[in-house]
Amino acid sequence: MAINWFKYSSPTTFYGLAGKMIPWFAIPAVILFAIGLYMGFFVAPVDAQQGEFYRIMFIHVPTSILSMFFYLIMAGYAALGLIFNTRLSAMMASAIAPTGALFTLISLWTGALWGKPMWGTWWIWDARMTSQLILLFLYLGFIALHASIDEPRRADRAAALLAIVGSVNVPIIYFSVKWWNTLHQGSTIKFSGTSMQITMQHTLLAMTLACWLYAIAVVLARVRSIILERERKTDWISELPEVKL
Amino acid sequence: MSLDIWMRENPLTYVWFGSYAVALLIFAIEIVMVVRKRKITLQQVHLMRDAGDEE
Amino acid sequence: MKKSTMLGLLVLVIRRDLVLAMRRRADVLTTLIFFVMVVSLFPMGVGPEMDMLRKMAAGVLWVAALLASMLSLGRLFSADYLDGTLEQMMLAPQSLSMLVLGKMAAHWMSSGLPLVLMAPVLGLQFDMSVRALGVLIVSLLLGTPILSMVGAIGAALTLGLRGGGVLLSLLVLPLCIPVLIFGTGAVEAVSSGLSIASHLSLLGALLVLALVFTPWVTAQALRISME
Repeated sequence: MAINWFKYSSPTTFYGLAGKMIPWFAIPAVILFAIGLYMGFFVAPVDAQQGEFYRIMFIHVPTSILSMFFYLIMAGYAALGLIFNTRLSAMMASAIAPTGALFTLISLWTGALWGKPMWGTWWIWDARMTSQLILLFLYLGFIALHASIDEPRRADRAAALLAIVGSVNVPIIYFSVKWWNTLHQGSTIKFSGTSMQITMQHTLLAMTLACWLYAIAVVLARVRSIILERERKTDWISELPEVKL
Repeated sequence: MSLDIWMRENPLTYVWFGSYAVALLIFAIEIVMVVRKRKITLQQVHLMRDAGDEE
Repeated sequence: MKKSTMLGLLVLVIRRDLVLAMRRRADVLTTLIFFVMVVSLFPMGVGPEMDMLRKMAAGVLWVAALLASMLSLGRLFSADYLDGTLEQMMLAPQSLSMLVLGKMAAHWMSSGLPLVLMAPVLGLQFDMSVRALGVLIVSLLLGTPILSMVGAIGAALTLGLRGGGVLLSLLVLPLCIPVLIFGTGAVEAVSSGLSIASHLSLLGALLVLALVFTPWVTAQALRISME
């Protein structure tokens, strides 16, 4: 098993594998999105307190959770890259960053749209929204640092260190923002009753899975371009059909 | 102000266009960006190879 | 044996950096002037109503301190980097973390400490109570070293890069948000009657964490930047 993992840890072999894997994630993603959207709009019932507006949750919650999760995964790949000096790990971290940032953006946008009917304002400084905003800054910082360093090896490693420092900070930041928010008596999103209706849970699951699969497909596609770019001077690239034309 | 009224009268449209359509738009943009990046990278590799072959 | 030489090294580095900072007094002063100016901008922007300013005071002073610290962090390693001293420091057998800690301490003494001393004067402009001012000073005293230390990581990562100062701020400001929250929270606790001690002890905890981890992390960042 260990041998198999390391076989795919080189950009050369991973390029092909990633290419084959993409449709396996993209197509189920589209199907799950369709199912999730159908369930979200037609199957899940109207909420007692929030009416139809709560349906935004089905895109807001998955993107929020995943944005945080992807940051940790990105930091994980970054750490692997630093410790084992594997080029591919660093490339994966760079591939995840834009997707993570866009998920954070969607989370912020949908959060704002949910906030308007709920509290009358487009923005509310509650713990979760503020943490999402800070998470966006962390993502952008990673991308900016990587883009500012010309030498690829230094760029990879510097951004990796930043990602790791950021991920250690995330719990501290979240805790402090929560603290700050309760002091200033912010409001939190609540649902009618303590537990969510079962159909709502299922829809949430479907949408979360859909977003996850979508993200994997996009990240795999992006990392292939990154591999092409970084390895462009090698022989195996020249042998590729899409390069030979 | 009229946005508020419109919003309350057409909640589903608001939810759909405001959030889901935007999210799907962002996803579409991301996909387009990834595809473009691949095209450009392949172009660059071609140029490099052609320049190398001429020597 | 180890302890006395490490301490000796620390003192040496601090003394050296302070002497260098004194020679370039202008850098130190401009940071301070920036601090004062930024603080003064807020009343000009939001109006002179004393009630509102009093409420904003802690936040304004803290944000200004943050921004001023960000500006001064570029100087932490750049001079030594440009004249080759940094390379020598990294090749030296002594612990790089120790050297870095010394530089951080000197940086705080030349940038953070003046801010702390200036703050009460500015706080009076905002009609802060004496008690609030006292807590503000303590919070800044605990918090500005953290800013210097976390900022040093950013300074090390952005060594020699174009657009360095702004990029550094972009990277470091999110990481400093907890310090901001607890620092201002402590001052607000004075008027709201909540526990000041809990905010300050949280700040203290962050300070200890920073002291333990940031020198080593910064040393790693320096190695990455200098390879």
